[in-house]
Amino acid sequence: MKLGFLVDLHLCMGCKGCEIACKVENEVPLSTWRLRVKYVDVGTYPDTKRTFTPLRCNHCENAPCERICPVSALHYIENGIVNIDKERCIGCAGCVMACPYGAIYIDPETQTADKCTYCAHRIASSMMPACVVACPVEANIFGDIEDPTSNISKYIMQHNGNVQVRKPEKGTNPHHYYVGGGNVTLNPLASFRAEGYSLFNKLTHLPVGGHH
Amino acid sequence: MVHESLAATHAIVTLDVALPGVVWGWIITMNMWAKSIGTGVIFMLFYLLKKYPTEAASYRFPVTVVSVVFIHIFLLFTVIDLHQMFRFWHIFFHPHFTSAITVGAWMATLFVGLLFLLLYASFIKKDNALFDKVLLWTTVLAIPVTLYTAALMAQATARELWQMPTESAQMILAATLSGSATILIMDTFMNKLSDAAKRDMGIILAFSALSAFVLYMAELVFGPMKAEEVAAVLQYVTNGGEYQTMFWIGQVTAFIVPFVLVTLSIVNKNQNILKLAAVFAVCGLWVVKHVWLVIPQLLSMS
Repeated sequence: MKLGFLVDLHLCMGCKGCEIACKVENEVPLSTWRLRVKYVDVGTYPDTKRTFTPLRCNHCENAPCERICPVSALHYIENGIVNIDKERCIGCAGCVMACPYGAIYIDPETQTADKCTYCAHRIASSMMPACVVACPVEANIFGDIEDPTSNISKYIMQHNGNVQVRKPEKGTNPHHYYVGGGNVTLNPLASFRAEGYSLFNKLTHLPVGGHH
Repeated sequence: MVHESLAATHAIVTLDVALPGVVWGWIITMNMWAKSIGTGVIFMLFYLLKKYPTEAASYRFPVTVVSVVFIHIFLLFTVIDLHQMFRFWHIFFHPHFTSAITVGAWMATLFVGLLFLLLYASFIKKDNALFDKVLLWTTVLAIPVTLYTAALMAQATARELWQMPTESAQMILAATLSGSATILIMDTFMNKLSDAAKRDMGIILAFSALSAFVLYMAELVFGPMKAEEVAAVLQYVTNGGEYQTMFWIGQVTAFIVPFVLVTLSIVNKNQNILKLAAVFAVCGLWVVKHVWLVIPQLLSMS
């Protein structure tokens, strides 16, 4: 079994329900995110549209974070999830530097690395990840990518040719896929990130892990 | 920072989380800088004892002390950068040997052990034969200890700027640059080296400075042609980027000025200029390392 995620960007409407569900389920501290939805506006008025891209750990088959971790705090579990043992983590931040997707952060409360685990604790109890349950339009599709009868495998087959991963050139083989993605949604270098880009505040940078 | 955006697309991030600040900052710069000196002086002592055994004999103990001090500065800054520094022992009891951090920590520990053996041979036992035997193995081990940070930077796959062959060359050059410079500074106080030995140190310093400068310039010119992320990162040190001034202060101070001063010293046979070159090189190296460490971390990964 190899668990994977697929997000259909045609369906996502940017409600951030998944983001909030993740925050609540995993008690993610303020100023940090395991899952977030990025808005990118495209075009010039009046021909504009807003794109929404949920971003989380890609649970790569060839995970740079697992390789660089000096104490195996980041490790694979049998179902393919890249999990984290926060009791073992020494907070060297090597994984933060290695992740090409910016998906790992230093938890300001525990001073250890943290990231999306595909809700491994819920899966162990045969439940779906919190973000999947919360999505009102079923844009998040989760399942076994080695099972051709699973929903995610069927979805990939149906949308053959329009399934993408982020930064495939990195050779990380992500187990996280997007349908309907494009350069603007999946490539951070393809959109302007002006100072004060957030709709709600002017913060562009945060201190790492609450110290330094 | 944007690289691939098209005017026609006019794509703007309108809502996203704040980016993390610099994760590996000046503490890691101190780590790399101190390690360069700590291993670099061992390389230089080995060379001097082979080529100038009589006049370099009195350098056995003081150079070992300098190496011990700077390697411990390196270790201190390595540990204090950890967000859970009291779990440092996990590296030895839960080691993961695919990580350059683990391999480096084990090698650095062995290196420290050999340095203390050198101290024992030179200060307590006063046995030069034993010292020289141990120094050979210490010098051999100093090579991977110098290089492992390059392996670590290469494993930080998100930071496209840090490429393994180049970084390994830069680490060795930083060690020979700072090692030769430190020996020249030490000789200001000890005054035991002949003009020929000091000239050799000056030549090593100048060659290291020139080679490192050429590598940085090659990255600056050709890096953007190879990868879009490198192109985006290098905009921080070009075209008025926020680290442009600091980048050039480092390049001039660490490489250009020492190279020119060493050349003047050799032409004019003026040893005092060498000391000035050495001070510039040691100070400038910190700036160079810091800029190269920080700029890839400014780029948004998502």
